[in-house]
Amino acid sequence: MEKEEKLDYWRQNVRLIRWLLVVWFAVSLGAGILFVKPLNNFSIGNLPFGFWMAQQGSIFVFVVMIYVYAKMMDKIDRDHHADK
Amino acid sequence: MSVETWTYTFVTITFMIYLYIGWRARVKESSGFYVAGQGVPAIANGAATAADWMSAASFISMAGLISFMGYDGSIYLMGWTGGYVLLALLLAPYLRKFGQYTVPDFVGTRYYSNTARIIAVICAIFVSITYVAGQMRGVGIVFSRFLEVDIAQGVIIGMVIVGFFAVLGGMKGITWTQVAQYFVLIVAFLIPSVALSLKLTGNPIPQIGLVTSDIMPKLNQIQVDLGFAEYTQPFRDKSMLDILFITIALMVGTAGLPHVIVRFYTVRNVRAARYSAFWALLFIAILYTTAPALATFARYNLVESLHGKTMDEIHAMDWTVKWEETKLLQFDDKNGNGVLELTPDAETSEIIIDRDIIVLSTPEVAQLSPWVIALVAAGGLAAALSTAAGLLLVISSSIAHDIYFRLINPHADEKHRVMVGRIMVIVAVVVAGYFGVNPPGFVAQVVAFAFGLAAASFFPVILLGIFDKKANREGAIAGMIVGLSFTLFYIAGTKAHLIFGAEEAWFGNWCFGISAEGIGTVGMLLNFVVALVVSRLTPPPPQEVMDILDELRMPDHVGPAVILDESTE
Repeated sequence: MEKEEKLDYWRQNVRLIRWLLVVWFAVSLGAGILFVKPLNNFSIGNLPFGFWMAQQGSIFVFVVMIYVYAKMMDKIDRDHHADK
Repeated sequence: MSVETWTYTFVTITFMIYLYIGWRARVKESSGFYVAGQGVPAIANGAATAADWMSAASFISMAGLISFMGYDGSIYLMGWTGGYVLLALLLAPYLRKFGQYTVPDFVGTRYYSNTARIIAVICAIFVSITYVAGQMRGVGIVFSRFLEVDIAQGVIIGMVIVGFFAVLGGMKGITWTQVAQYFVLIVAFLIPSVALSLKLTGNPIPQIGLVTSDIMPKLNQIQVDLGFAEYTQPFRDKSMLDILFITIALMVGTAGLPHVIVRFYTVRNVRAARYSAFWALLFIAILYTTAPALATFARYNLVESLHGKTMDEIHAMDWTVKWEETKLLQFDDKNGNGVLELTPDAETSEIIIDRDIIVLSTPEVAQLSPWVIALVAAGGLAAALSTAAGLLLVISSSIAHDIYFRLINPHADEKHRVMVGRIMVIVAVVVAGYFGVNPPGFVAQVVAFAFGLAAASFFPVILLGIFDKKANREGAIAGMIVGLSFTLFYIAGTKAHLIFGAEEAWFGNWCFGISAEGIGTVGMLLNFVVALVVSRLTPPPPQEVMDILDELRMPDHVGPAVILDESTE
């Protein structure tokens, strides 16, 4: 891998991480804590939505996020022929 | 068969399985002993990480804690799972690529400094010892509650079991027993939860029953009627800022705990490290999303079955008598009106409920057969033993690998290094056992702060070590010292009455009203700022370190692996 390509690989990795961290922040610290009160005006089934995000929803999103990260990194690895 | 016979049977069978696995996984080489030969499949490492992570506290106490805290209990749920996102995205893949044996190894090499290595070793040992003492205590408590064995004897039995497979198999033995322990603990947690969910909501899946049934609206109404705040009401006892900072401290602390990080050194390659983090959190999430549902159901059920009843009605239920004997449940008709009432004020409340009872009594409350109760005992032991084993290995490797091999005798041969590792496991087991039998007052207090300390010390230097090329030795050392000492000082000061037995705390929560549990977040921020600034005022890292860093950022098969010295390969 050439120097330029290595740099490109790292940049794509960092960009992916940055987006996922935004989601991470939004679903937990955002929806579960900072905006829990306004979100509690909505409901999911019989539960206030903000409360549900704090105790259930954020955890489901975390699991999916880590899976998405692993899959997307597989693709970035493939694009840079680093999967051999 | 009686509950006790079932419990003896289950505990004996599971212990035999752990011993058998430990014997099969015995190792001779140092790479097997410290990082399981780096050959653990991603899914198995995920299960081992989950068992390593979920302690006696997660298994026995967490649902109960949430049950009493309502919304505010979310700090544990988000905090102890959100950390895995940070671990998966920011640390695990790179530390696996680095490919050494311990966290201090990374800190010492990346910051080309034995001072940084030693600070990291001290943090690792301090965090792990406080944590492991709590686990040993947990083993003793499970034994004493379910089998009426003396706590000290229970701790000794636990020490022998953990010691056996950790000494023989090191990390490899620990990994495979943890995989077995995960299955024991998750089955033991799910069976009673599913049964209770089915009984109360008609839906066997607690996560769905929680949303679709009317339990929560009813519970909120009952809470209000009894004078409590609504169960779902946010910021009942803690401010929003405090909740935010505690959650961040738990998240970052989780990502910085050495016994969790080191699990990612044991998989085959970087790709396996990424998937293994996914499996780990999936396995953890199964328990962590069930626990809040169980907390809600159990609270509703307890209040419904106990409040406003006469003493005779309460004693007509078998399980109340049994738990009353253990003092986890207490009834006292203080105003003498013949009816027992639950109130928010501990002084006047006629029903006192210990939080541990939520998980422990669920099988009986849900009227399940005695063998389920026995299974819960085996599950609690699995949770405590698996976490203890992982911590003991960190303590052992910190001394045997980071201090003995790296600093004292770098020419030690394989045989010698494994032997020192085994001896250190024995020493660590004995120390942990001692604290388990004679818990010093402060240990219980300090365990809760282990996360804050890990957040304020390890996380920033590892993160900057990977993502900031300018981060250097001076910055890392200054950052760790400032972050750690500020956090220690604040915890010691606000908890002086609990830790040192002072008459009162030296000072209140002067830092924006943030409590000792959340101060690790401020310590972490200080660590970041100091490390960033100092790194830019002092000479940059040498070229070799820059080269290592370039390699660290590349995927598996590009360029040579990062090999620092021949003897570790």
